Amino acid sequence: MLNIDSIKKGIVIDHIKEGYGYKIFKELGLHKVDYRVALIRNVSSRKQGKKDLIKIENRIDLDLNVLGIIDPDLTVNIIEDEEIKEKIKLSLPEKIKGIFNCKNPRCITSEENIENVEFILVDKDKKEYRCEYCDTKTSL
Amino acid sequence: MLKGRHLIEPRDFSLEELDEIFALAEDIIKNEKDYLDKCRGKLLASLFYEPSTRTRFSFESAMYRLGGQVVGFSEAASSSVSKGESVADTIKTIACYSDIAVMRHPKEGAPLLASQNTDMPIINAGDGGHQHPTQTLTDLLTIRILKKDLSNHTIGLCGDLKFGRTVHSLVKAMKRYLNINFVFISPEELQIPDYIKDDLQENSYYETESLDEVIDKLDILYMTRVQKERFFNEEDYVRLKDSYILTNEKLKNSKEDLIIMHPLPRVNEIAVEVDRDKRAVYFDQAKFGMYVRMALILKLLGVE
Repeated sequence: MLNIDSIKKGIVIDHIKEGYGYKIFKELGLHKVDYRVALIRNVSSRKQGKKDLIKIENRIDLDLNVLGIIDPDLTVNIIEDEEIKEKIKLSLPEKIKGIFNCKNPRCITSEENIENVEFILVDKDKKEYRCEYCDTKTSL
Repeated sequence: MLKGRHLIEPRDFSLEELDEIFALAEDIIKNEKDYLDKCRGKLLASLFYEPSTRTRFSFESAMYRLGGQVVGFSEAASSSVSKGESVADTIKTIACYSDIAVMRHPKEGAPLLASQNTDMPIINAGDGGHQHPTQTLTDLLTIRILKKDLSNHTIGLCGDLKFGRTVHSLVKAMKRYLNINFVFISPEELQIPDYIKDDLQENSYYETESLDEVIDKLDILYMTRVQKERFFNEEDYVRLKDSYILTNEKLKNSKEDLIIMHPLPRVNEIAVEVDRDKRAVYFDQAKFGMYVRMALILKLLGVE
């Protein structure tokens, strides 16, 4: 039996689709931090069969857009005094900035350094976004 | 109100705003002398980062015919971009001197980037294989004048539909009018991109490799050039090249009131013999292009 302590104050990212935990862990930079974090993979779940789970013993600013793109079905639990103070459900953001790079070599973003290129959601099922400059579709 | 606005893609303007531009263009055609001095004292910056004789001449002729002046460059090598200047910096500087700018750029989205960095009206004169909205205004005005209405047409678009930005812009623009059916005629390698089709209702378009199969159903035939270098192998090019050369023979089954359009310049996709057919309107189309650009400049400058 794997035993991971509960946390007093921090964040639990729950219901992560099986196999996506490591991606989120890295995307949030948790492999570099000096406070307690835990990535637990292949946790049994009644709803999902298996799921991944991340516990963070710290209140950090989460980029909910990034999480929403990787796995819009996960849940973010804000923990205080070992109890869930707030539950945040995610969804795919309609517009995102600063996450994707356009893969179209003919796009102006490939030539010039443009901060915060906006991508607009075009297909929720495929999680596809289009570049504001050239309309080329991309997904994570 | 179009004063101070940018034209980056056809949908930047509402149908009502497009109608205003077309109505003004038609008035300029009828009463050209009334517009000779409308832009006196105004300066158009003509920023062509790649060669385009026809579009550039059309814009510059439009401004001169309105009594305005033109400054600019006709290739990147003769501009500050050769020193590494960004589009944003170039446009901020040009806006200090000019009243309006027209930009042709090989990179897709460059005119949008320019428009995000200035209040001076920016007109996209073509960005890579992406958009060419003033060609679309030209095409729409041609259809409006020669077919009397922008609704209720079957439009065949033939040739390189993958890289043809004029086609992309025209489809985006025409889908806003009532009862428009598109027939996309192209080799498999040069099919219209998915993002254009995704915007269309499923039953409003049909794709085929054969022009002969569909030519009798078309009200408008929009020809584009199929370039040999776009093909992955010689065999496919040889197989398809003649299918897309419009000749009098191929036109035998087409409607009497068909109009044949082409964004020009033509190479060999329309035989010269077709020029004598009254349905061939591509040179009229070029002239309408200058008039619609005159109307656009007047509207964006607010000097009607």
